[in-house]
Formats: sequence, structure tokens, C-alpha cells
Amino acid sequence: MLTNLKRILGFAVNDFNRNKGISVAAIFVLIVMIMLVSGLLFFRGITSYLTSEIKNKIDITAYFVDGTAEADVLGVRDEIIETTPNIKNIEYVSESDALEDFNKKHQNNPVLAKALQEVGGNPFLPSLNITTNGDPLQYEQVANILQTSDFSKLIDKVDFSQKEDTIKKIYSITTNINSVGIFLSIVLTILGIMVVFNTIKLAIDNSKEEIGTMRVVGASDWFIRGPFIICGAIYGFIAFVLCFLISGALAYLLSSYAGALLPGFSLIGYFLTNWWIFVLIQLFFGIGVGVISSFVVVKKYLEI
Amino acid sequence: MIRFENVSKIYQDNAVVLSNISFEIKEGEFVSIVGKSGAGKTTLLRLILGLENPTSGEVYFKGMNVKDMDSLQLQEVRRKIGGIFQDYRLLSAKTVYENVAYVMQVEGKENREIDEEVPKVLEVIGIKDKINNFPSELSGGEQQRLAIARALVNHPEIIIADEPTGNLDPYNSYEVVSLLRKIHQTGRTVILSTHDREVINKLGQRVITLENGRIIRDEAEGKFII
Repeated sequence: MLTNLKRILGFAVNDFNRNKGISVAAIFVLIVMIMLVSGLLFFRGITSYLTSEIKNKIDITAYFVDGTAEADVLGVRDEIIETTPNIKNIEYVSESDALEDFNKKHQNNPVLAKALQEVGGNPFLPSLNITTNGDPLQYEQVANILQTSDFSKLIDKVDFSQKEDTIKKIYSITTNINSVGIFLSIVLTILGIMVVFNTIKLAIDNSKEEIGTMRVVGASDWFIRGPFIICGAIYGFIAFVLCFLISGALAYLLSSYAGALLPGFSLIGYFLTNWWIFVLIQLFFGIGVGVISSFVVVKKYLEI
Repeated sequence: MIRFENVSKIYQDNAVVLSNISFEIKEGEFVSIVGKSGAGKTTLLRLILGLENPTSGEVYFKGMNVKDMDSLQLQEVRRKIGGIFQDYRLLSAKTVYENVAYVMQVEGKENREIDEEVPKVLEVIGIKDKINNFPSELSGGEQQRLAIARALVNHPEIIIADEPTGNLDPYNSYEVVSLLRKIHQTGRTVILSTHDREVINKLGQRVITLENGRIIRDEAEGKFII
């Protein structure tokens, strides 16, 4: 058993070395396919960041009636957190905080400053800024709770109806981006697997006659199949190592450009955080697809 | 040792390659199968090796029906048969040494035994000086010698030679047939398929003549008559 295993490994290494042209071509195609899948992984990271940033920009605000005590506002906040799922963030903004924000934002605008002076005092109301998972239904549910439950008497207005259209549009765009991403991933992955399968098939087609000879001299199926499968694994492993290095290098080199386009997003940070996903996917598409393709192709020739 | 009982082979396009043939080959015989191209010689040999199944009838190898053998039994049968073919069927990515060693490795022989046996066989066959060459670096005659070395190295009970001289010049053909005769003299069964008149007439052994998939003649000391 061990002797046979050693022999099969030896045959595979010899075949790999002696068919350099085929080996290089197979590795090259595997690299293209793995980089395609890795590119999709990067694309997914970018779109996830982008959609989450867009969703974080959407919120609804519940304005409380003038003079509502801070404890009451915080009580409402706690109750919403307890009763409503998928709340990402609730921020309490007091009257004084709202005034301070306004002054900071419009410090260079004398017209607004004068208007504020004429109104006199602090015209702002205490409020809660609520962010959910971005689903319009979720926002509607929060708005309904605020307007119909016991604490509705504390609330002056909720701006959901003004923002409803925008929320729906943004939700639809982010959902579409995700759907397109998933669709693209599936199509390109299938395409990639087919290309690799055919490349491995072409590589093994050269040995079709030899497989027949091996059968004639009484070699067992695994003695015939083994070297081809191990050769497929060697192609896949080399392609995986190269792709992992290329992915890391690209993430490092393009990180500053990605950061300029998407402020706050770090491509190298994404790669380092998700390196194990890259390893798993690249290993699967390298060694996995290489080995499975070899197995299937040789099996076909063994049945002839 | 080998028995054909009413064997027919018809391919999917209704081409009848063998039609109801029956014969027996005894241990130690030298049998030549002759016939024109397409007479069914190669199919007959493929049936013995279990590479194809008959459409009807039975092929027995040492009393066992080849059709009923599982893959392990078929592998065992093929290891008992040394095959020599017109197109040599060598492993192109392996050296001369590795081609011969491969069949010993298939049988699970120890490396020490392989290292001893392979050079010996190559010496007997006369291509020891090419031990590290690849098949593409050998002449046609040398390639066929290598195929014979590979067929012999496991001391098989039967040698099946399918048109072994088909691609060779007269000198090399003579050499190959001489080797087959020597192999037969060691007590092995030899089945030779050929359409080389000279070769058959010099042998003076049993000849089975095929025509359009039927046996038209089976003579103990036959001649090439078509």
C-alpha cells in the first residue's frame, strides 16, 4: 500500500516535470480562474462596505414635544430597543446638542444665524435618530410604534413619511447590487470551473492512449488514476500559492486607490481580516477543482 | 487455456466483426491468427483481454468466463498476459527502464527485484544501452523490442502479439518473430495475429484463418492461404 502510494506520487512528480508545457498551461488557466473568483471576493467586500455605508446614512428621526424630560426620551429609546428587532443604532440628541450642531454646521452663514436670533431661545426639539438594517418595512414598523403606542403623546412628529421614498430607493439599489453580485459570482464560477475542467481534460487527453496501455498491462484503476489526480493537485496547489501572493500584493498596492475612492475602506485591511476565506476559496478552486476534474476525466477513459 | 464458444461481436452500427466463432487454445501452443485487415483479428484478441465483451457467446480464460469477471479478476488476467502491439503502446513520458519497470510496479514487485530484473530483460532483448532513453528516441525496431521486454518481464503465461511486425522492416520483423519463437520454446503460449505471409509460412505452427469474422480454416501446421 505504502509502496504503491510512493510510486503513484513518483509518477505524478515525473509527469509534472516531463510535461512542462501542459503543466504551465494548466497552472496558468487555474490562476486566471482563481483570480477571477478572488476578484469577486474583493468585489463583494467593496459592495458590502458601500451598501453598509449607504444604509448607515439613512435614519428616521422622532422629534419629541417641547419640554419632554430626558429620562422620558431615554425610556422610549430603551423600549424601542427591547421591542423592535434589527435596530442598528439609536442616538439621543438633546435640544442643546441640536442647537450646538446647528451652530457648528452654519457658523459661516450669517442669514441663518440672524434668523435663529430673531426666533429667540432654542427652537430645537429633543429627538431620537434611529437606524435599522435599511429595510423600509423596518423603518415603517418603528414609525408606527412611535406614533401609535403609549408614548405617542410624547412625540411631536416622526419624519418617516418625508424620507420613505428615499429609503425605498436606496434599499432597492443596495438589494440589486447584492443580487447582481450573487448572480455574477455564480455565472463566473460556473464558467471558471468549466474552463478548468476542459484544460485538465485537454492535458489528460494527451494520455488517453497511455491510460489504455496501463489497463492492458493490468494496472488497477487507482494505480492509473492516482498520478493524474495528484498532478491535478500539484497544479492546484501551485496556482493557489501564486494566487494568494498575487491577491495580497494587489490588495496592498491598490489599497490607497481604493481608500481614495471609498473613504474609510482599506483593501489590504479587508484582505488581512478575511485571509482565511481567501485561502479556503482559492484552495477549493485550485486543488478541489483540479483534483475533481482529473478524477472525472480519467474515470471516463477508464470506462471506455 | 482459452476457449471461444459461439462468439459473435456486432458493433452499434450493425457491423459484424466476429460471427459465431468457436475454438480452443491449449497451454504451450503457438497459434497464429491470420486474415485480411478488418477480418476481426484485433477484436478477437481484445475479447481475450476483456477489453470488450462479446455480443453473444462466451470467452473462457482458464475455465473462467471473461464476461463474468470483476475488475480485480480482469486485472489479474491481464497481468498473466504479455501484450505486444503494432503501434507498440509504450508510455511516452517514461524512459525505457520505466516502461519495463511499470508492469512490475503494477504487480507490486519490490524495487530491489525491479532493479535486478529490468536491466537483465533489456540485455536479452538487446536495448540495454538505451535504458535511459524515451520511446520517441528509439527506432521502430527498438520500440517493438521494448514492447517485447515489457511483455516478458513479468514472466506471463501467454504472449499476445497483435500485428507486431506491421510497422517494421523485414530485418526487424525477422528479429521479432525469432524472439517470439524463443519465448514459445520456454513453454509459454503465444498468440500471434498477423497478415504477414512470410512470417506464417516460416513458423510451421497452428494457423487459424479468419475471413469476414468467420473461421474458414484451422490447421495444426498451417500456411498463409487467403
